[in-house]
Amino acid sequence: MLFLVFISSGLFLGWSLGSNDAANIFGTAVGSKMIRFKQAALIASIFVILGAVFQGKGGAETLNSLGAVDALAGGFTVSLCAAITVLFMTKRGLPVSTSQAIVGAIMGWTYFTGNEADYKVLTKIVSTWISGPLLGMIFSAGLYLLVRMFLAKAKFHVIKLDTYIRISLIIAGAFGAYSLGANNIANVMGVFISAAPNIELNFGLFVLDGVQVLFLIGGLAIALGIYTYSEKVMKTVGNGILSLSPEAAIVVVFSQAIVLFLFSSVKLADLMNNIGLPSFPMVPVSSTQVVVGSVLGIGLIKGSREIKIKTMLGIAAGWITTPIAAGLLSFFLLFFIQNVFDLQITSTLHKAVAAPSEIIESGNNLMQFDLILPGILMVTAAIIVLLIFIVLRQQKLRLKTENELLIHQNQLFQAQRTLTTLEMNTVQSANEALHSKLEARRKEFIDMAFNLTEQRLFLEELSTRLDESIEAESNPEIRSKLYGIQSLIQQKLTFSREKETFYGEVELIHKEFKMKLENAFPDLSDQEKKLATLIRMNLSNKEIATLLSISPKSVEVARYRLKKKLGLEKDNSLMQFIINL
Amino acid sequence: MFTFRHAQKSIQLIDSFLDKIDQGIIIFKEGVNNYLSGNNESFLNNLRTLSTLETEADIIRRKVENILYTQSLMPQLRGDIIRLMEELDNIIDLAKKNLYQFDVEVPFIPAELNQDLSKLTELTVAACESVMPAARAYFRDPVSIKEKIHRVYLYEKEADKLADAIKRKVFHDMPNLKLSEKFHLRYFTLHIETLSDAAEKAADLLSIMAIKRTL
Repeated sequence: MLFLVFISSGLFLGWSLGSNDAANIFGTAVGSKMIRFKQAALIASIFVILGAVFQGKGGAETLNSLGAVDALAGGFTVSLCAAITVLFMTKRGLPVSTSQAIVGAIMGWTYFTGNEADYKVLTKIVSTWISGPLLGMIFSAGLYLLVRMFLAKAKFHVIKLDTYIRISLIIAGAFGAYSLGANNIANVMGVFISAAPNIELNFGLFVLDGVQVLFLIGGLAIALGIYTYSEKVMKTVGNGILSLSPEAAIVVVFSQAIVLFLFSSVKLADLMNNIGLPSFPMVPVSSTQVVVGSVLGIGLIKGSREIKIKTMLGIAAGWITTPIAAGLLSFFLLFFIQNVFDLQITSTLHKAVAAPSEIIESGNNLMQFDLILPGILMVTAAIIVLLIFIVLRQQKLRLKTENELLIHQNQLFQAQRTLTTLEMNTVQSANEALHSKLEARRKEFIDMAFNLTEQRLFLEELSTRLDESIEAESNPEIRSKLYGIQSLIQQKLTFSREKETFYGEVELIHKEFKMKLENAFPDLSDQEKKLATLIRMNLSNKEIATLLSISPKSVEVARYRLKKKLGLEKDNSLMQFIINL
Repeated sequence: MFTFRHAQKSIQLIDSFLDKIDQGIIIFKEGVNNYLSGNNESFLNNLRTLSTLETEADIIRRKVENILYTQSLMPQLRGDIIRLMEELDNIIDLAKKNLYQFDVEVPFIPAELNQDLSKLTELTVAACESVMPAARAYFRDPVSIKEKIHRVYLYEKEADKLADAIKRKVFHDMPNLKLSEKFHLRYFTLHIETLSDAAEKAADLLSIMAIKRTL
């Protein structure tokens, strides 16, 4: 636990490195929206950890030879000073490099503890601060020329080219992240090597020693920095300083990856030594400065448009200000830690410069853990999680498509419903119009019936008076004339023509009712059917009597008989029955 | 992750879009010539074909727009590509509109102007046709755009000159025409001429796009 507390400053430095330097690798890709941040962060995290664990020792050994910080409190202070310097200078917008800060802090520790500084190593390190960006410039210029020539010859379609660029950005980013992890993990965890746990983890395919476990923890801190803070930086970088064309961005990231790889690969250095070539020193270099060098290299090819003297001067100033600031801070903070907290900041056990491997080997009680089974389980679990993720994603996509289809169908249904409602409204208004027409016609018939009744009454009165006049008249000639008039009145009293017209119209309107009546009660006579129709028209007995040429009393009798024939009880209303039929 | 399928589909759609525009320009030329020589049936046939081509070009343009945005293809260039497609679409839109105006307004064209108007159409169409190879070049060989678009400017300038000459002839040398007929002829000269202006606009855009791609 105490170990974790002491290395917390290193983890903080790792977090800061992850949040700032991942932008050098994926900044353009994410800033230009060619790769989503989630993808970039995942790739960068995995490869940073791989680089740190499997290729991180080279740089760490060099830092150790500069000044082997051999006590945990010393390492904590050195790392903290570097982190504070980086944080302070970043906040102030000054060019800063983690590598230079840590070198300055180690030098501060060396002066404070009175250990002898290895100036040969220091010279080697300082020389890489210049050679790193310079190499980046050379590589990017050469690569850019090659890429330009290739693209001019290949003449890809711009859309296809976009796809190739995306793939290349991912590959370059992965390589860049691996190199960043390999080269810069020494900055994060280098000063804690002496306190590395004396363990060995066997995963079957590979074995991790204590230093590698330490680097794994550092790598995780960098990954955390990438995930938590680098998105903002990536977007700023992508749209700001590094707003390059995607082709140029690939070249920059590749050049940076190659430089960082060269300064961290022990195997490559051995190979070069074997064939008699001078090898690159295993030194952590600043990825930001290599990137700036690479951008300048492209600028050279394109005609110096991108070269900014101010930026170059800023970097040069950073070479001096960063290590001095970190060194001074380290010196004073070590004094404070030693005298106020009374913590041991150096150990007398490891006065001699020791390589991490030697430190590990020097341990007597090495703890070995066989993690083959847990490793297999972890890999299996990872595969299962991945499969579940893929299945869920597929399901989500399918659900999304189904949902869209459903929304579309719903819209179609709504449209159809609106259309149906409209149609129904049209039919309803047509029905209403028909109904009012029917009502008007019915009223017309009632008026007609009423008129006929009035006329009949009038003619009957006339006939009675004429009868009286005939009785009183003695002149046979006049009597004969009066008889003639009386016969005309009697003829008119039957209203046969009007009645025919009336029934013709009524039957037309009540055709449906008449059919229903005939089907339900086939025994009804024509007169009864007529009566039923007239009752349905809500005519009074008096009006019906006129239309049927019978007396109102006879109408009442006919109604009674009809009620019986229709099988109705005494309490049942004949009119209601007929209307409901 | 990699949108090969969408990329391939977009390429096919863009090629097909450019073909439609190319065909549309040729049909426009045929249509005007048929109108001038009084071949009404052929003219109507041209009008129908051009209308179909214009609709198809519109549909393709929307499809490409959709793919480029939903699949996040070429985030830096898609805005330019869509603008270029809109400018080219504008050419075929204008061609269709102009041909429809011939059909609806049936302008009276004196026989002595037939040759001039036919020549104007030819120049305008030549300007539009010269944009097409440049537009195709943008997608594969942006460096060669510059050597292709200079023709557009030349034809556009010539079309402008001829249009001015026609208008001058109508208003100064044809006293028998009614003022309304003169106005009508001026409008139709202008309609044909606008096509070359649209081609020039597309060429301007292409030259900027070419610089952006070669940076």
